[in-house]
Amino acid sequence: MSTATEPVRYLDAINAGMAEAMERDPAVVLIGIDVGAGGGIFTVTRGLHERFGPDRVIDAPISEMGYVGAAVGAAMTGLRPIVEIMFMDFIGVCLDPILNQAAKLPYMTAGALQCPIVFRTQTGAGRSAGAQHSQSLETMLAHVPGLRVVMPATVTDARDLLIAAVEDPNPVVFVESRRLYGMKGAPDEDPLPLGRARVARPGDDVTVVTWGQMLRECLKASEQSSASLEVIDLRSLVPLDMDTVLRSAERTGRLLVVHEAVQDFGAGAEIAARAGEELYDVLLAPVRRIGAPTVPMPFNPDLERSLLPSAAAVAAVAEALVRES
Amino acid sequence: MTDSQTLIPQISRYRTMTLIRAFETRVAELYRDGEIPGFVHTSLGQEAVAAGACAALRADDYLTTTHRGHGHVLAKGADVERMMAELFGRANGLCRGKGGSMHVADPSIGILGANAIVGAGMPLAVGAALSSQRLGQDRVAMTFFGEGAVNQGAFHESINLAAIWDLPVVFLCENNVYAEFSDSRSMTRVPSVAERCRAYGVEAERVDGNDVEAVFACASDAVERCRAGRGPALVEAETYRWHGHYEGDAQPYKPEDEASGWRARDPLAVATARLVAAGLETEDGLAGVQAEMHAVVEAAIEAARAADPPALDEAYEHVYRD
Repeated sequence: MSTATEPVRYLDAINAGMAEAMERDPAVVLIGIDVGAGGGIFTVTRGLHERFGPDRVIDAPISEMGYVGAAVGAAMTGLRPIVEIMFMDFIGVCLDPILNQAAKLPYMTAGALQCPIVFRTQTGAGRSAGAQHSQSLETMLAHVPGLRVVMPATVTDARDLLIAAVEDPNPVVFVESRRLYGMKGAPDEDPLPLGRARVARPGDDVTVVTWGQMLRECLKASEQSSASLEVIDLRSLVPLDMDTVLRSAERTGRLLVVHEAVQDFGAGAEIAARAGEELYDVLLAPVRRIGAPTVPMPFNPDLERSLLPSAAAVAAVAEALVRES
Repeated sequence: MTDSQTLIPQISRYRTMTLIRAFETRVAELYRDGEIPGFVHTSLGQEAVAAGACAALRADDYLTTTHRGHGHVLAKGADVERMMAELFGRANGLCRGKGGSMHVADPSIGILGANAIVGAGMPLAVGAALSSQRLGQDRVAMTFFGEGAVNQGAFHESINLAAIWDLPVVFLCENNVYAEFSDSRSMTRVPSVAERCRAYGVEAERVDGNDVEAVFACASDAVERCRAGRGPALVEAETYRWHGHYEGDAQPYKPEDEASGWRARDPLAVATARLVAAGLETEDGLAGVQAEMHAVVEAAIEAARAADPPALDEAYEHVYRD
């Protein structure tokens, strides 16, 4: 990015990250449906085809198992693919290459095979996209040993974490937030390496842990709430930076985890369990979670809105935590 | 072992078949006796496909294969001792005991691994061929699969991708009649894999899979076409699985008189007759090869028995790379 001081959009930052990664290493290729001359359905890959040519920006047929599996094979043999899965929901038709191949072959071969690949995808409800285009499935993938799972929530992270994911020697699932694509921000704000959580807003009463587009809701909540919230942007589920979470919760004595994915069996449960194990004597109140209710996302905009965690809900739960302890 | 480079090629392929036969025969026994853990799928009766097809490859060509992959991996040149050690789960195994029978691999000679998900090796081979093409190499990727895998989407998606991207992939189908427990002819209306392949605009040949020289000739054509940049090819080798889907499978689903016809066309017997008739070797000489290969396998078994298991800490290694 040449004009580092100008605010840029989240989607442009991802594009810039891909361009930078491709510039740095000729083995980096981009594969996906409509990523070439079409520039991607959300324009995230626009211009890369012209800049790097069809040998490195490769349009695939609508054939996710085939091209995602091929990308995994390419990653094991000298290329560093960024492979796009247009909507996270579509991993349903290409889970084997991710779950059984990329995540397993380096281990099963005792490290003789490497799999440096980025599975780029995007998620997020809130646009009436229906139950097959709205799911947040990051926890499902974080449950699989061998995968890294990264979720940028800021413009800087959109670029930096993408570059870090490409340079990581492991398979990385890179989950973009569709509703953040148009968000503008400074491109060089508070850079941090992959694997570190960020304290996005310091506070004293309640530690609020979140990631992805819920960061905006939590920051909004911190402005609305009578309680003082310390908002932590996790940035990646794997690696999970529990140190930053625990250090904060130890100080505030209260922990709230907020995610858009359905609450049951979600990452919030894992974080709550670990906090309980480590901070049982220190916490002033039980760890609380806010996630979407455990139902598929409905089409009707009002129904959908009623299910999504909101700033008001975060503020209310945070205040209740303070009141009750 | 004699250096195969100095041998008459037909003898070299016979040696490979004999090695696979000895290996699989003993592995079946060791599994029955509880010395080898896990699941084991042998390729007895199919040795000519592995030996003929892999002889068409260069050392740096890529290979992916299936749960029934011992023969392919041996034919590609994997070390017999380290391979046996892997089946025993030993620390000196090809995968330090973390892969086992269904996941033997040796990337140093292009073997990206056997794979326990039916059809999964095909997209990986397409990717290896993509690497070869984009990195300006002339390496070919050969992917073995059974006719049972041809009903998986992975077959159709892979062959289409290889076709549209003109990738150097040899799809090597071992049609051994059975898809696990089922007669695969009852699982599709199309009588041949080759015919299904041609629907994607990819050239396909059927070949007698019990004739190592026929397989070699057919696979060589396919490899050559790939190496010349003329896109993928498919070879359908018709053969027969002597044993069950896995060791211990009693095979109640096979008609009683079916196996005897195939066993009469034992690929080793076919090759023996041809070598003797051509005056390339005597029956005694070939019996000597068999004894030699049995000795190689016995030595590998003894070494595996004596080898150390991995340290328990090994379980935590190689999950992530720093």
